[in-house]
Amino acid sequence: MFVAKSIAADHKDLIHDVSYDFHGRRMATCSSDQSVKVWDKGDDGEWRCTASWKTHSGSVWRVTWAHPEFGQVLASCSFDRTAAVWEEIVGESNDKQRGQSHWIKRTTLVDSRTSVTDVKFAPKHMGLMLTTCSADGVVRIYEAPDVMNLSQWSLQHEISCKLSCSCISWNPSSSRAHPPMIAVGSDDSNVTYSGKVQIYEYNENTRKYAKAETLMTVTDPVHDITFAPNLGRSFHVLAIATKDVRIFKLVPLRRESANSSGPTKFEVQVMAQFDSHNSQVWRVSWNITSTLLASSGDDGCVRLWKANYMDNWKCTGILRGDGSPVNGSGHAAALSAVGVPGAAQMLVGATSAGRKIAQLMPG
Amino acid sequence: MEEVDVEPSPTLIPSAGFHQRHLGFEWGPGDLLVYETNYKLQGPRSAGSPFVHIVWKDEDICSPILRKLFNESHLIFVGLQKIKEDMPSKNKKSQFVSISKNYRSVIRACMEELQQNAVSTQEGSLASQYGDQVSILLAIELIWNLCEVLFIDAAPAGSLLLHLLDWVRLHKSDVDARAREVLQSDSPAHHQSYWDVVISLVLQGRVDEARQVLSKQASLRAESSSVFKRMDVLLHTMPIFNPTGTQTLTEFDVKWRHWHEECDRCLQDNTFASNRHLETICKILVGDEDTILEQKELLSTWYHFLVTRLLFTHPTIKPPDLHYYAQVHTTSPILLSLRYCYKQCIYHTCVCVCVCVSLWQLAVDYFDHCPEFGRVYLELQIERVPLDTERKAIKVLRICEDRQMSEQVRSICKIMAKRALRNNRLGSALSWSIRAKDAAFATLISERFLQDYCNKGSFTDLDLLDNLGPAMLLSDRLTFLGKYREFHRLYGENRFSEAAKLLLSLMTAKIAPRSLWMTLLTDALPLLEQKEVIFSVDQTYELMSCLEELNSGTKDSSQTDQDEDIESTKTELLRLALARNLAMAIVKEGTIET
Repeated sequence: MFVAKSIAADHKDLIHDVSYDFHGRRMATCSSDQSVKVWDKGDDGEWRCTASWKTHSGSVWRVTWAHPEFGQVLASCSFDRTAAVWEEIVGESNDKQRGQSHWIKRTTLVDSRTSVTDVKFAPKHMGLMLTTCSADGVVRIYEAPDVMNLSQWSLQHEISCKLSCSCISWNPSSSRAHPPMIAVGSDDSNVTYSGKVQIYEYNENTRKYAKAETLMTVTDPVHDITFAPNLGRSFHVLAIATKDVRIFKLVPLRRESANSSGPTKFEVQVMAQFDSHNSQVWRVSWNITSTLLASSGDDGCVRLWKANYMDNWKCTGILRGDGSPVNGSGHAAALSAVGVPGAAQMLVGATSAGRKIAQLMPG
Repeated sequence: MEEVDVEPSPTLIPSAGFHQRHLGFEWGPGDLLVYETNYKLQGPRSAGSPFVHIVWKDEDICSPILRKLFNESHLIFVGLQKIKEDMPSKNKKSQFVSISKNYRSVIRACMEELQQNAVSTQEGSLASQYGDQVSILLAIELIWNLCEVLFIDAAPAGSLLLHLLDWVRLHKSDVDARAREVLQSDSPAHHQSYWDVVISLVLQGRVDEARQVLSKQASLRAESSSVFKRMDVLLHTMPIFNPTGTQTLTEFDVKWRHWHEECDRCLQDNTFASNRHLETICKILVGDEDTILEQKELLSTWYHFLVTRLLFTHPTIKPPDLHYYAQVHTTSPILLSLRYCYKQCIYHTCVCVCVCVSLWQLAVDYFDHCPEFGRVYLELQIERVPLDTERKAIKVLRICEDRQMSEQVRSICKIMAKRALRNNRLGSALSWSIRAKDAAFATLISERFLQDYCNKGSFTDLDLLDNLGPAMLLSDRLTFLGKYREFHRLYGENRFSEAAKLLLSLMTAKIAPRSLWMTLLTDALPLLEQKEVIFSVDQTYELMSCLEELNSGTKDSSQTDQDEDIESTKTELLRLALARNLAMAIVKEGTIET
């Protein structure tokens, strides 16, 4: 592995999330500087910032793209207890020439009483639905019934998890064999409710979400959670970032006819567990085909995990910061990427950012 | 072959890890984004590194050399698939073999070019990149070779193994160098690699050469020479099948079993107990899996293991047996990994190729022939191909349509329709909605067309609207739009009676939305005011009843007084025109032509 390119994101504070759009041609970054920036990849392979605007009155924790079937739509969530939906407006022709685009706020979701810790769009086959979770322990599912009018969103479901929530993940499967399913992770240190991962399933009859499973073996705070792409399997795979990396296999059990109205029962198995980070794991994420899992831990590393033909997992790659400070000379060394055109341009941007950082640092 | 569990060496991310300790990441198409961050949300924070880094996991496969390889091998691959269908099975095999050899030579040519580049380049990182690419291609060539020998150039029983052995020897040439080194040393028997060389030669089935090296040992130790003589005899009497000879396979098999039993007896009798190296060799001759596995340093690859094991357990194996062997011994890690490797090889090629923007179409062909997961992977990957231009979108669509990937078709069309609508290109948006079979969206766009017409007085995208054909039936609103445009066309061509008939039917068949009836009736005015009578008596009565039906509905409360005035004026005008027309029509129809 090697670093092919470094982009100076130019946020004035910590970056908390970076999100690619569906096709990998656009990118959104969000920061404690309360803004979101959108980057577009040109035909020349270079990334350019095409929009930068203040989105919240607190740190922006996450930013995420809706499926392109719904247009160019972003959602963000923040410490300021709100989540927001943004849509790109096709601008004037001179805007296009300057390479700028405009994003306008379509709605603000203000139901949470505490910091909103995660925001995710539901799988597209469910329509345009947005989900948030908060430190107040509530998962909220909103829907935009008219996809042409993104200023109208209605709160369809409120799921009370009894524990402060840190992360959510929708099961991406669009198979009719599986009703909509969402996993919620909690970083609460509460001991009474010790299972920190809850799985809720939609019931067609009651038209509500009901709890299907609590993973009782996950008792430590959970920081991230993610379902793997389904690939036509009958079972579900869920990766969890907690005091280690854990991958669970959830096998739906066949319903007895008497009990067909309740949520699905699952057989829960641990597929893998990795403690190589030797510390808290903060993020986990599957690649598109679920052949690789990446995790990020307190050890400052990103690790890549792959299973072989016998479902034995091993670490196939590690990324780690080189611990060098951000400054003028540091950048010159950093941008030794192979054949990067416009590297000189990036260097200029980099050094000015470096100076800015130097100003912010105490002493 | 068990892989040693060693952690890979970390790739370092520049200027990260100093101000803030965590690395955030995001998966991209073929790459990984990483950035410095801090996941502990509480507590004091200082700013972090402002950089977002793009990390490539696979080497840059977009180099021109590899691109040439992919293109050439793709041609061969496609040609191969064609032959499978076209030719009678008799002639196929020789074609396959030559294609296979052709393919391998293409790979080898590419490897040589890469190797040259690796040697000549000044830049260290570039050289190691090239080096890595060479290793990948080497692995591909080796696996391909194995598959060629096993599945394509399917030799008859007996010779198959000889082919496999040839190939192992070809690719494990370091043994010769080591053997030479040992033999040329002052005291070969005491050379540290002595036994490694002997065992390596045995593993490759080169028993005569093994004997030659062993003889160096025998001459030294007189007291143990009997043991060495015994081993020499075993090696000397090992039957090797000669495909051109007169011996039949059955005869060979009998001889071989006899010899095998002899080896086994030596083990049972502890003949070689005094020398652990000879004991090891004897166990190898008997085909003991564990012992052979222990030699993994010398074997170094799982396919070498496979060939060696076959040599000493099933020397008469035929390719179909191999399949059976593979199925029966499904838990055998070696065979599992062979199958897995084959699939993964194709799959990894696909993913790498997918990433390279212009080569994604090659990937599709490969995915098609990926067993098991090919279709699912294709579905996942094809959705992510950026739809930069209409032309590219159409190419991707055709691929999906050919494979009945209806959901992907719908999704791509919807994305394109939405994009066109955002940019106010109504005609394009409508085309894409029709292709997506998205009735709701088609309705929406039709409404926009009609709104435009009401505002501007004319239609855009006439070509499209005039040629909708059966697609018109996708949604009621779209049907109306198409028919309404047809009305205007007929009028423009002075085909008044046809136009009149159509206009009326739009209302009576309830195709037209109520909100547009006034507009339609107003469109009827010029037809009513023609010198000749166009609407018949019956038709006029129908128009009148439509007008009355319209007026009998509840008044629109949002209408201003001015609007109401305009509406009632229009109604009056229409009533007058209709009455006049009725009179003329009655007269016309009542008159007998003389």
